[in-house]
Amino acid sequence: MSSENKQILTTDGIPLEVSLKKAEKKNKIKAFLLVAPLLLFIIITYVFPIGDMLMRSVDDKMVTEMLPKTFKSMEKWDGDELPPEEVFEAFYFDFQKLIEEEREGKLSTQLNYTKNGFKSIIKKLRRKSKSFEEGNYKEQIMSVHKRWADVEYWRAIKRRAPAYTYQKYLKGVDMFENEKGKIVNVSEDRRIHRILWLRTLEIAFFVTVFCFLMAYPIAHLLATLPMKYSNLLMICVLLPFWTSLLVRTASWMILLQQQGIVNDFFVMIGLVTDDNRVEMMFNKTGSYVAMTQILLPFMVLPLYSVMKTISPSLMRAGKSLGGTPFVAFWKVYFPLTIPGIGAGCLLVFILAIGYYITPALVGGASGTLISNQIAFHMKSTLDWSFASAMGLMLLSGVLVIYWLYNKLVGIDNIKLG
Amino acid sequence: MSVNKEFVKFDKVDKSYDGKVLVVKDLQLDIAEGEFITMLGPSGSGKTTCLMMLAGFETPTNGEIYLDGNAISSIPPHKRGIGMVFQNYALFPHMTVYENLAFPLRVRKIPKDEADKKIDKALSMVSLQGFAQRMPGQLSGGQQQRVAVARSLVFDPQLVLMDEPLGALDKNLRESMQYEIKHIHENIGVTVVYVTHDQSEALTMSNRIAVFNDGKVQQLSSPDELYEKPVNSFVAEFIGENNTFAGEVSDISNGKCKVKLAHADILANPISVKGKGEKTTVSIRPERALINPTDKMDNIHKGKIEEVIYHGDHTRVRINLLGNPEFILKVPNSSSNLDIKLGNEIKIGWNSDDARALDPK
Repeated sequence: MSSENKQILTTDGIPLEVSLKKAEKKNKIKAFLLVAPLLLFIIITYVFPIGDMLMRSVDDKMVTEMLPKTFKSMEKWDGDELPPEEVFEAFYFDFQKLIEEEREGKLSTQLNYTKNGFKSIIKKLRRKSKSFEEGNYKEQIMSVHKRWADVEYWRAIKRRAPAYTYQKYLKGVDMFENEKGKIVNVSEDRRIHRILWLRTLEIAFFVTVFCFLMAYPIAHLLATLPMKYSNLLMICVLLPFWTSLLVRTASWMILLQQQGIVNDFFVMIGLVTDDNRVEMMFNKTGSYVAMTQILLPFMVLPLYSVMKTISPSLMRAGKSLGGTPFVAFWKVYFPLTIPGIGAGCLLVFILAIGYYITPALVGGASGTLISNQIAFHMKSTLDWSFASAMGLMLLSGVLVIYWLYNKLVGIDNIKLG
Repeated sequence: MSVNKEFVKFDKVDKSYDGKVLVVKDLQLDIAEGEFITMLGPSGSGKTTCLMMLAGFETPTNGEIYLDGNAISSIPPHKRGIGMVFQNYALFPHMTVYENLAFPLRVRKIPKDEADKKIDKALSMVSLQGFAQRMPGQLSGGQQQRVAVARSLVFDPQLVLMDEPLGALDKNLRESMQYEIKHIHENIGVTVVYVTHDQSEALTMSNRIAVFNDGKVQQLSSPDELYEKPVNSFVAEFIGENNTFAGEVSDISNGKCKVKLAHADILANPISVKGKGEKTTVSIRPERALINPTDKMDNIHKGKIEEVIYHGDHTRVRINLLGNPEFILKVPNSSSNLDIKLGNEIKIGWNSDDARALDPK
């Protein structure tokens, strides 16, 4: 009995429990070290950029730092009528400092985002302020341009006081905070982003549906054909995958343009007349066709990998038990492919929602997506904070879809291969 | 009530997949109502193809299959009303046991309360009451097998096909399932066509066995007849153990024939030899040859013991006899068998009736 109660020792006299823990700890460290490069990679390439994007999208420190005195003196101003002299004075000194640092141009750009018309009056103020006399800055500034005497413009400046802002997000859904601090829609003729969001969802949805409808029979064929044919077919599915995205998109342009092959064919079989060729490019049709083709493999592969595991005897069993081929398919085969359908649809939808190159090339004005708008603000207007805000909205949209999918189908049901 | 002797009838059925090789040749087979018939054969012998043609998943290239007098070649599988148990059970993995069993009843639009009764009955038949709400994945292999059997019977088909249903089970379970299936068959009197390559399975379960080889039925008879009286050397070789001598018929008279081997002559029972000079293979079951024959057997020869293997209830003795070094004897382990020692010369004897002169190999 006593031997059972005694602590078990290893040959070198250390208690077994202790040396076991030591060994386990060593293993854990080893395992962590193996994962560490990946972890580092994800942090550097994923977490940091997205964090930076998030910061950019709400960061509004630039103007805050440019006009520190002005904003301090504005704290007590209620914004109902023109600000008192001390605000004008503070603004004058801030402005002088900016001129010294040659940063007044940036200020005018920034303020112009908030309200149109700042650019010219700031230029004018810069010229005139050289000859300003000491004291009574209110009168002197107001005399530069009548807009400086307009309370609206001072309110606009005050709106830029906080270091952080959610204005960019509002702008992303065509809303803004008006002078009274209320969140309202922008005027109807300037609402472009909502249309883009809806169009993005619509195109992503239909591309997913088209991909599903086309991929399901292909995947089924791939999974049921004998090896030598299915390999060939698999290569046909993957071949476009190995071709550059740009080449594929460009070839769609050749096919779909008005003088293109498809139109030539339509004219040849008499479907349309020569002077009435169908417009299939630079609109939604172009985006649908090209995106469906490009994203098709992402649907085929998960479907195929799931169908491959379904024994053909299940369909036979369904039929031998009295189910018509359709019933056997619908009650037996189809439910078993749902994990593949889920994986494929989620993959294609998420890829489509952020698609960029193809809609940019073949989408035209009515076929571009939100990602093109983001790129536009990144490259052309250089309004990176707005681009970041929209990028984050897109990202959270994807996360919401993922969450919804998890609620409806269950993420564990997904099967990618 | 007369039993329909031709409940299932294969009439001159040929089947070829590639148009070059016939996997089933001129098959002529009648199956009586209520019969348990087994198609037995090595893989590639055409037995599964026959089953698939009967189920409707393959169509005969030539000939016709009749079920209860009706030609069924043009009827799709789901209208044939034939139950089937598949090799890997083919239970629907996304449905519970109850739903699996309800499937054939739902597609037949049987009202729910009636269907529930049938399902209960079918589950109790395979002693799986209380398992209705389990998923197939939660069942053991043997339980899944029983569910598959229950599912094939739940809609009261007249004919059930079983395609090597016990292939995936371990030996003990397989044996107990053999009896279980046999008892179910006896209790409900359904006609069963069973495919297997396991001869002991076929021998235990069947009323009749059709031995397939090379796309043809080599012999169709009851298990005992198949074992005792094989009609050709393939059947003799395939069913049970078998000792053979290849030789030439030198004389044939009075229902006996003399076969000339390389160094000796033996007497045999002419089954498929007709006259002098024919080549033949003589087949003798190991248990029909005795050591130290005391009574008047008409074949007595001497052989040398090459190997002795202890098997518990019996001992297998390999003897070099008349130029055949693979002659096997099964000797019951009782105290009277003393002379079995390696290298001993012993006398072996058998009746010429038990030595069947069949076609040459």
